[in-house]
Amino acid sequence: MDYDVLIIGAGMSGLAAGIRLAYFDKKVCILEKHHRVGGLNSFYSKDGYKLDVGLHAMTNYVSKDVKSTPLPKLLRQLRLRFEDLDLCQQHMSVIKFPEKKIRFTNNFEFFLSEVAENFPSQTDNFQKLLKTISEHDELSLDAKPLSARQAVSSIISDPLLVDMLFCPLMYYGNAQEHDMEFGQFVIMFKSIFCEGFARPQNGVRHILNLLVNKYRDCGGELRMRSGVQSIRVSDGKAESLLLNSGDVLTSDKVLSTVGHVETMNLLPNSDATVSKHEVGQLSFTESILMVDKQPSDLGLETTIIFFNDSDRFSYRKPDSLIDVSSGVICCPNNFFFREPLPDNMIRLTNLANFDRWNSLGEEEYKMQKEACLKAALEAAVKIVPDFRDSIIFTDMFTPKTIYKFTGHLNGAVYGSPQKIRDGRTHIKNLFICGTDQGFLGIVGAMLSGISIANLHLLRDK
Amino acid sequence: MLGEQIRSVIVEVIAQIVPDEDLSNLRGDIRIRDQIELDSMDFLDIIMELRKRYGIEVPEDDYIQMATLDGAVAYLEPRMAHL
Ligand SMILES: Cc1cc2nc3c(=O)[nH]c(=O)nc-3n(C[C@H](O)[C@H](O)[C@H](O)COP(=O)(O)OP(=O)(O)OC[C@H]3O[C@@H](n4cnc5c(N)ncnc54)[C@H](O)[C@@H]3O)c2cc1C
Repeated sequence: MDYDVLIIGAGMSGLAAGIRLAYFDKKVCILEKHHRVGGLNSFYSKDGYKLDVGLHAMTNYVSKDVKSTPLPKLLRQLRLRFEDLDLCQQHMSVIKFPEKKIRFTNNFEFFLSEVAENFPSQTDNFQKLLKTISEHDELSLDAKPLSARQAVSSIISDPLLVDMLFCPLMYYGNAQEHDMEFGQFVIMFKSIFCEGFARPQNGVRHILNLLVNKYRDCGGELRMRSGVQSIRVSDGKAESLLLNSGDVLTSDKVLSTVGHVETMNLLPNSDATVSKHEVGQLSFTESILMVDKQPSDLGLETTIIFFNDSDRFSYRKPDSLIDVSSGVICCPNNFFFREPLPDNMIRLTNLANFDRWNSLGEEEYKMQKEACLKAALEAAVKIVPDFRDSIIFTDMFTPKTIYKFTGHLNGAVYGSPQKIRDGRTHIKNLFICGTDQGFLGIVGAMLSGISIANLHLLRDK
Repeated sequence: MLGEQIRSVIVEVIAQIVPDEDLSNLRGDIRIRDQIELDSMDFLDIIMELRKRYGIEVPEDDYIQMATLDGAVAYLEPRMAHL
């Protein structure tokens, strides 16, 4: 055997799993097809600007003295210190619907008072919801799926409040159209409302550097530009990985972070298993706008705005290229940084349709990108003060871009709605973690890698 | 290694996993998890650290014997006698 474990993909989940394995002296190698780590939350440069692919905010922020929530657990597991993440807290975020808005900060009491003020008739119901949430064991790896829409609507009788609660939770971590699994609702509720948002001064580069350095310090090996072309199987066991370069590597166990169906597609004769598994549909466009002043000088004081401008909030793959009736407006400058960021930036996220984008020819694709950016901006400036005259640089990426760089089918940022909590596949030494295991987002992906490494890859010698 | 040494090794390992906990008053006869904030992931890490440092294997069925400091010392003593 060349290795104890081979990991496919150097995103957040693969790196976190890698650290666990390398720390405990497993011979481990991570194979990444891109020339950069990070996957769905990587970084790039354009026109001299340093850009993050994804990062709006890290969820799950808690202060240093809290010990039992996901973030401190993750730090302990990775043998990192709280200070290592260099987290700076958000100013304030808001959920904005036509009739009402609910603001929230990293102080849960403030959120409670906002809900009480805007929905006085729901105060008791909201307390009931909090009780249900606190009693739910969302981290159980074998929980039965339950509709969150049903569960929440049976407690909260005002559909507007229900929609407003779902909006940020869905945008930041839901793979399912229209509804959400209740366990996932609880995870996201805690990570956004009970805990909170923060961001390292230097964005996602900081987190990725930290993970890569830790991994290497523990003795882990990382190979870039090493796409896995196929997994060779014999006797129901993954035997070796064939790389695009033609190299073949063998290992005792394989951990894949590239998605369930995507992993099955790497197996010989995969069709039978694949056809039964749902493929994720939800993807987004992300528009990145540099402006010539601090967003706060343009009247954009909030950190993140989750908005909906139509009657009911609808989270689904749109029929058209993009849906601008709801979305996320993020100002990465609006965190309590030690010093101001070098660039002034506003980011817009909107639901988008992969097939539509994918079917466009090259010229048409370019034109539609411009048109959609314009539409996304028009919708955004109905929610925030008009900043369009201050724009000095724009970039936009689509579901097609996400597919191209990360290999996630349909550019599905949160993967398949069918999660595999225990990370097992029908191949006994092949496991999955990351997006399709089910813990989502940056913190979620890292926890996913850690959990699956602990469960299947570390216990035996 | 003898009992007292083993005890301090275990406390040292716990300190590495949960660096902010005060371990100076840790009692031997009460479950460790009832005295400090330690979840099942952390508990697994104590076992893993012992394996990393001393090559000791603790099978899953024996985890229960490691729940208190006294229990852990008694369990590990014969297994660490040669170290
Ligand atoms: C626009 C956008 C904004 C986001 N904003 C936030 C945010 O603000 N906060 C937050 O918490 N989360 C955010 N997320 C979500 C977060 O980025 C993801 O949940 C997380 O990064 C997923 O990590 P992962 O390891 O599961 O998957 P991935 O990052 O996709 O890791 C898989 C890796 O495998 C590689 N790979 C694929 N196929 C192969 C192959 N055959 N061989 C070798 N390597 C392969 C890919 O290149 C990739 O690096 C955002 C995502 C996007 C797209």
